[in-house]
Amino acid sequence: MDEPRNVIVIGSGPAGFAAALYAARANLAPLLLKGLEAGGQLMLTTDVENYPGFADGLLGPELMDQMEKQAARFGAEILPVHVTDVDLSERPFVVRAGDQEWRGGTIIVATGATARWLGVPGEEKLRGRGVSACATCDGFFFRDRELVVVGGGDTAMEEATFLTKFARKVTIVHRRDEFRASKVMSARALANPKVEVIWNTTVGEVHGDDAVSGVTLNDVRTDESRTFAADGLFVAIGHDPNTALFRGKLALDDEGYITVAEPRTATSVPGVFAAGDVTDRIYRQAVTAAGQGCKAAIDAERFLEDEAHDR
Amino acid sequence: MANIGTVTETDFQTAVLDSDTPVLVDFWAEWCVPCHMVSPVVEEIGNEKGETLKVAKLNIDENPQATRTYGVMSIPSLILFKDGQEVARVIGAKPKDAILRDLAPHL
Repeated sequence: MDEPRNVIVIGSGPAGFAAALYAARANLAPLLLKGLEAGGQLMLTTDVENYPGFADGLLGPELMDQMEKQAARFGAEILPVHVTDVDLSERPFVVRAGDQEWRGGTIIVATGATARWLGVPGEEKLRGRGVSACATCDGFFFRDRELVVVGGGDTAMEEATFLTKFARKVTIVHRRDEFRASKVMSARALANPKVEVIWNTTVGEVHGDDAVSGVTLNDVRTDESRTFAADGLFVAIGHDPNTALFRGKLALDDEGYITVAEPRTATSVPGVFAAGDVTDRIYRQAVTAAGQGCKAAIDAERFLEDEAHDR
Repeated sequence: MANIGTVTETDFQTAVLDSDTPVLVDFWAEWCVPCHMVSPVVEEIGNEKGETLKVAKLNIDENPQATRTYGVMSIPSLILFKDGQEVARVIGAKPKDAILRDLAPHL
């Protein structure tokens, strides 16, 4: 087995790469394990206009490519593997991906969050057959079709706006009477002539055999239901933290986010730190994730230093 | 090596449907970010399964007819063909063991 690493970073979004960058520059020779959703949620976006330092904006995948190169430039080792198990019961900690295994003196968890599904009848059966949570992945298949986007946040606005490039019509279905998306994102979606909004309404069922044919809409004020024809359903109702690996091993809150000792990034297990959307149900921005990744690397560095002093 | 590389609409019949061995076809596109994660996994599976399974890639931009024929509306989609018929489909980026689990009953 390899020598234990100083720092193992799990995850490759802004938090993971910022942590690897700072740990590398602290001469800790970190190992970063990218995971299956390499690059994180920004890989599924188009333009990123709110990451400071890029006056003209840039594409999400470009930003992630730059972050990866920057971490690698200072000596972070980056592997394209998906972690399947961790043992945090004693140090050094053990991280496994299939039959591969690494040991780490500290671990930084930056596994992020993944799109949430509605959980209504028909949704799972038709996933990949008209039901999607990724407009940039699947929008292509809906040229001249009519689509429904569910949600009211920034993701829903971005998906709806992006889908108008392909679709004939995009209907945003939202359970409240106003969006929680940022003003600039809502205004852009609402100004698009192909976009319509149905307020105070939820999706109760997805219809179709081999492909989506429509959805059941429920008016939350009147409780009335109706069928609404659509060729595709894009779900953008939020995200859930990717913490299945850590259940029973790290303290999680009631929604599954890793609990950290704010303003630090320490988890319930000394030597394990967490950063980014996996800890954050409030801000969930690329820049806040990167900031917290930086904090986690500094926390890990100090933890290792204190340990060396005590020895 | 049971990796037969790129297939197209033109050779789909001979390379996939007429094959004696099951063929796993990776429907992908250059612009699809998750596809770039899954394709290497598919190649690995092909190398490991040797005699029992062939793996192939089909570019959906260049093969719209085949993409429509098989009702692919999300990529990556991995479709397993056996004796000319679809027997399993794995949609979205999944870890290797999850893909193998979905294919196992048909191999």
